[in-house]
Parts: sequence; structure tokens; C-alpha cells
Amino acid sequence: MLKTLLAGSTAGIVLLAAAAPALAQTEINWWHSMGGELGERLVGIADDFNASQDEYVVVPSYRGEYEESMVNTIAAFRAGEQPHIVQVYEVGTGTMMAAQGAVYPVYQLMADHGSDFDPNAYLPVVTGYYTDTEGNMLSMPFNSSTPILYYNKDVFAAAGLDPETAPATWEDIESFSQAILDSGAAQCGFTMAYTATWLGTENLSALHNVPYGTLENGFGGLSSELAFNHELAVRLWDKLAEWQDAGIYAYGGTAGGADNAPKFYSGECAMYMNSSASRAGVLANADGFEVGFGMLPVFGDVAGAPQNSIIGGATLWTLAGHEDTEYEGVAEFLTYLSSAEVQAAWHQATGYLPVTLAAYELSQEQGYYDANPGSDIAIRQINLNEPTENSKGVRFGNMPQIRTVLDEEFQAVLSGDKTAQEALDSAVQRGNQILREFEAANS
Amino acid sequence: METKRTVFPNKLLPYLFVAPQLVITLVFFIWPATQAVKSSFERTDPFGFSTQFVGITHYIRLFQDPLYLNSVGRTVVFAVAVTAISMGLALLFAAAVSRLVRSSQFYTTLLVWPYAVAPVVAGILWWFLFNSSTGILPYMLRYFGVVWNANLNGTHAMILVIIAAAWKQISYNFLFFLAGMQSVPHSLTEAAAIDGAGPLKRFWTIVFPLLSPTTFFLFIVNINYVMFDTFGIIAATTNGGPNQATNILVYKVYSDGFIGLNIGSSSAQSVVLMLFVIALTFIQFRYVERRVNY
Repeated sequence: MLKTLLAGSTAGIVLLAAAAPALAQTEINWWHSMGGELGERLVGIADDFNASQDEYVVVPSYRGEYEESMVNTIAAFRAGEQPHIVQVYEVGTGTMMAAQGAVYPVYQLMADHGSDFDPNAYLPVVTGYYTDTEGNMLSMPFNSSTPILYYNKDVFAAAGLDPETAPATWEDIESFSQAILDSGAAQCGFTMAYTATWLGTENLSALHNVPYGTLENGFGGLSSELAFNHELAVRLWDKLAEWQDAGIYAYGGTAGGADNAPKFYSGECAMYMNSSASRAGVLANADGFEVGFGMLPVFGDVAGAPQNSIIGGATLWTLAGHEDTEYEGVAEFLTYLSSAEVQAAWHQATGYLPVTLAAYELSQEQGYYDANPGSDIAIRQINLNEPTENSKGVRFGNMPQIRTVLDEEFQAVLSGDKTAQEALDSAVQRGNQILREFEAANS
Repeated sequence: METKRTVFPNKLLPYLFVAPQLVITLVFFIWPATQAVKSSFERTDPFGFSTQFVGITHYIRLFQDPLYLNSVGRTVVFAVAVTAISMGLALLFAAAVSRLVRSSQFYTTLLVWPYAVAPVVAGILWWFLFNSSTGILPYMLRYFGVVWNANLNGTHAMILVIIAAAWKQISYNFLFFLAGMQSVPHSLTEAAAIDGAGPLKRFWTIVFPLLSPTTFFLFIVNINYVMFDTFGIIAATTNGGPNQATNILVYKVYSDGFIGLNIGSSSAQSVVLMLFVIALTFIQFRYVERRVNY
């Protein structure tokens, strides 16, 4: 106790001493949702920026998980206490975009404050998710990821499969899993995070180039409707229920699914699908077996698949209501943040995608992908093809609620209460109600 | 009971004495409650740029919404089960402990322990015990042919949150029951014993009726506990799932308002919940209390 007190006061004195000559520094508040190791990396970026110049000081502060942080931000905005920069997850994008008076769009910020900002420096899939219909970038890409497949090479070898060949199609997933179960190499074939949402509907639709919703997946306006009750989703959900009964698939809970990762780490399940940002966690926890990487599976009979996968993660939004001098600092910080060095270091340390082409090329030059096989799967997967209007992302207001509906309906399928068709139809109908509510509140 | 009445010579002084309490009630209860009532009649975007008055639209929608009615049903099941289990077991434990002579202190201490546990922690504790891949209880249940999966099976999830919520409340009820039993005059039970009444007979005809004020008080406290304080348990374990099987009213207010950012509907729900508890308490005091034997 005394020790921490002492350390604290010493740190305070040091801080005071450091801040003393720089009383004129402009403070920029940055609210984020990166806990643990990711949070330390993020603070490191802010520290480096603060050390690189003496006009501005960026103050990062952790505001809880994405959901909480967004709610906090909204409450703060209503009270006039909003930060300059806030990290918002991709499903909050629709809500943020509709809040036109609350947001200072990045393209405008950069133009007003003379930064040589080039949206074309970013990966097309990343910018596509965060630009309006006129092609203006509204928020700054920071941590983007895309789901990939992890598999246990040792189990593959024990089951007589080629450990160097990842499954490419759902048919492969089924037959590989069956071989694994038959050989007794593992108790379950595969498990996946965000089964009903990010992977099992959003990326499923993008990879097969079918619409998730009308009006370019919601990019075209608030009056869009959901359309994810297509034949492929029905087929996958029916299969998942059938596979669950056969032991091929194991369900790990809603959203990210807290029980998924342990099933893969312990060797219970042979394959695992989750964000590319899970890479560090998977490698750290996969004790005693070698991990292979692959792209998300597609249905083999669909022509043109895989198209390209879509991203998740978060971007940085600048909020309205601050002084011009402060915005100059924000512009400078965001420019620093998207420099190739900062981006490449962040990408390599975390498993998030390099959001600019320069950061990708720099990582290549540094030999990162050669030294870390499988680490380029994610970036290759989002760049497979030029994104179409079905594969540049999804944008709906109240998207978090729609995801909850999908999770619930999927549970009804797995427990045998509904068929996949019934559940998806009901999800579309409930989701459309949520969208109409959002449209009414924002028009 | 007769109490001496205090008379204040100064007319202002009594109001000053109650002022701090009034201010706290106004700031932390009355004002937020009126805000909730106000926003339940409005439709607003999350950032509060545009607000329209929509009358009782939110209320009409609520009572036409099968999911809301489902939540009401789940809440009834949850409330009845938790209150019955926690009060029943607490009464049983109190009766058992009150018969002990030397070791009663020891058991009292042990039984009161769970009360120190916060609802969230209690939830996480039982979530671990009942975890379908790593928990010990599903492992044991397998011997009885039960495949436990609270992630998918709504009944399992409901059992889990009922146990967690009841377990935590047993301690509180136990303390009150024990104190109540200790205040039952020994002369009465001894006289009954001499007349030949066995322990069970003595309990049901003497101790239990004399406990009725305590039972009544605990009943109200427990209903309020189940209606509001169990939020942490749900948030830490099932998040209202699977497929809304454990989405009790207080959790639905949170998930619609804070996650779904549908502030109008969420406010309407909290107003309904508030009216419900006010009505329940009123009925209890008005009708049930009359039959309580003081």
C-alpha cells in the first residue's frame, strides 16, 4: 500500500515536472475499449506521439468494452463532456453516421486542417466500410480484423489428414470433421465465434456475394430492409444444427462465445473460426500442438465464391463541439496514427489488419509474413476480389440489437425449437421492426 | 406499542431535520423517476438531437409485443421460485440452528457468509459450477443422464439463475428468521412440550404464526430483491438468454435502453416496472398485512 502510494506520488511529481514547461499544451482526449495487452500497446502509441512533438498531448482513457464505451460517449455528448476521439466498433457505425451533428467526419477534419490525407492509401475493404455514399471517409480506420480459420495440425495428422491443407469449403469442414471424429483424434470437429452474426450471416453473405440487406446492405439509406434469410444462410444454419447433433460442431455461446476458445485450446475441437486478432491469444494458449491457418470456408457449389470477407473491429470517430486548435491536434495525431511505421507495428503486435497499403508493404519488407506463416491469411482474404455492394460491409442502425436477435433465433434452431428457415424469417421480420424504429427516430 | 411523542417548540425545526432525507429522495429518486416518465412519452435518437412527443405509443407497443409479455412471464416464474426457495430454505436452516445449543454460532457464521457476496460474483460463481465444458455440476449430472447446457436450454438457464439468486438471499432471510425465532418466548414452547406437542407440532402451531411479521417483511424485501437486485446475476451469466429465456423485466430495461439505445421504450418499461412494484407493495400492506398476527 505504502509502496504504491510512494510510486504514485513519485509518478505524479515526474508527470508534473514533465508537464510544467508545456503548460500551453492542448489536451486531446481519446476514449478507447482496448483492455489488457492491447490497451498497453495503444497507450504506447499515444506516448510516442506525445514525445514526438510538444504542442499537443493525447490522453487515452479506457471506457469499458465497445458497448459500454459507446453508451458512455453518448451520455457524455448529451452532457457536453464528450472526448475529441472515440473508438467505436463496426456495428455502431450506422448509429454514429446517423448522428450527423455529433460527428466531425474525418475527411472534413483533414480538409479543414490542411493535412495531406489520402483515403486511397487505405485498403479498399476498410475504407468501404466507413465511407458514405458519396465516397467520403467518415471515421479513421484503426483496428480492423476479419475472421479466419485456425486448426490443430496435430489432430489433423492423427486423423490421417494432411496437416498442411486447411479446409476450403463447408463440405471439407464436414468431411474433415467426420474423419477426425471417426479416428478419435478429437471429440468435436469445429467451433466458431459469432456463429449467428459476424461469421454465419454477415461474412457468409459477403463471401458468396449475396445481399445481407437491401439498398447496398444499408449503405444506401435508412429505409433499407434485411435480406439475410437467403438460401445459403438457411443451408448453413440447418447444417450447423445437424452437425451439432452429430458432434461435428460445438456451440460456445452468444456473440464472441466465451466457451469457444477453451474448446480449441484444450484440443477438444480440431478447428476454430474467429477474428484474425485472436491470433496472439491462440498462439499463446495452444499448448502442445501446432496451429494451422486458413480462410473461412465457403459452399463449394457457389460460383464466384469466395468473393472477399468483410471486416470487424473499430474505427476512431472525431466528435463535434470542440475548439479549432484542438482539432488541429486531432488531425495531426490521426495522421501520425496512420503512418506506415505505427500501423505496421500495431498490426504485427496484435493481429489486426494493416489498414494502409504502406503498412502492409512495410511489413512485407520487414519479412514479417515470411517469419510468421499464416499471418497474411486475413489480408489476402479481404483482398481476394474488388469488393461488390454485397461485400463491402453492412451498415444498419441499431445493429447491436439486430445481432442480438440473430443470436436468439440461432439458439432456437440449435435447441430444435425452430427450423433455420423459420428462425431466419423471424430474425428478418424482427430486425426490420428495429430498423423502422431507428428510421423513425433519426429522420 | 406506546411511544412518547416528541414535541418541537419551533415550527421550522422538524422540517430542517427531515430536509436532508427529502433532498436525497428528490435528487436520487423523484427527479430521475420524472425524467423516465417524461422520456417514456418521447421518441428520441441516441444523441438527443431530435425529440418527438409520441404519447403512449411506447406503452401500446409494449403490451402488443410478444417478447415483452414473454419477459413478464419469465419474471413471474423467476420471482416466485427465488422467493419460495430462499425463504423456505432459510426457514428450515433457522429452525435447525435454533435447536442447537453449542454450535449455533458456528453455523450462523457459515450461513451468513454468502450475503457478503455481490450478486455479480454469485452469478459468476454458479456460472463456473454449471459451465457445460468445465463445471463440476454438469459432470456429476451426466451420471443421472442429464446433458446440462445452459447456453442453449432455456430451462437449464432459468434453473441456474434461480439457484444463484436464491442462494445469495438465503443468508439474509436466515438471519431474520433466526432472530424472530429467538424472540418467541420459551415459556410458550415449553408449555406446549409439557402438553405433549412434538417439535413439528410446536413449530407449526406456535413458532410459525408468531413469526408472521418477519415472514411478511421478508416477503416484501425478497420481491424487491428479485425485481431489481438480481440484475447483476443475469448480466454476469446468461445475459437474458438463451433466446430470451431469462430476460427478466429489469434486465430487459437495461438491454433495450443501453445496448439497443431505444431510450423511449426502455423508459416506458422502467415506468411499468415501477408501477408494478408500487402496486405490489400497496396490495401487500393493504390486504396481506391485515391478516398478519402481530
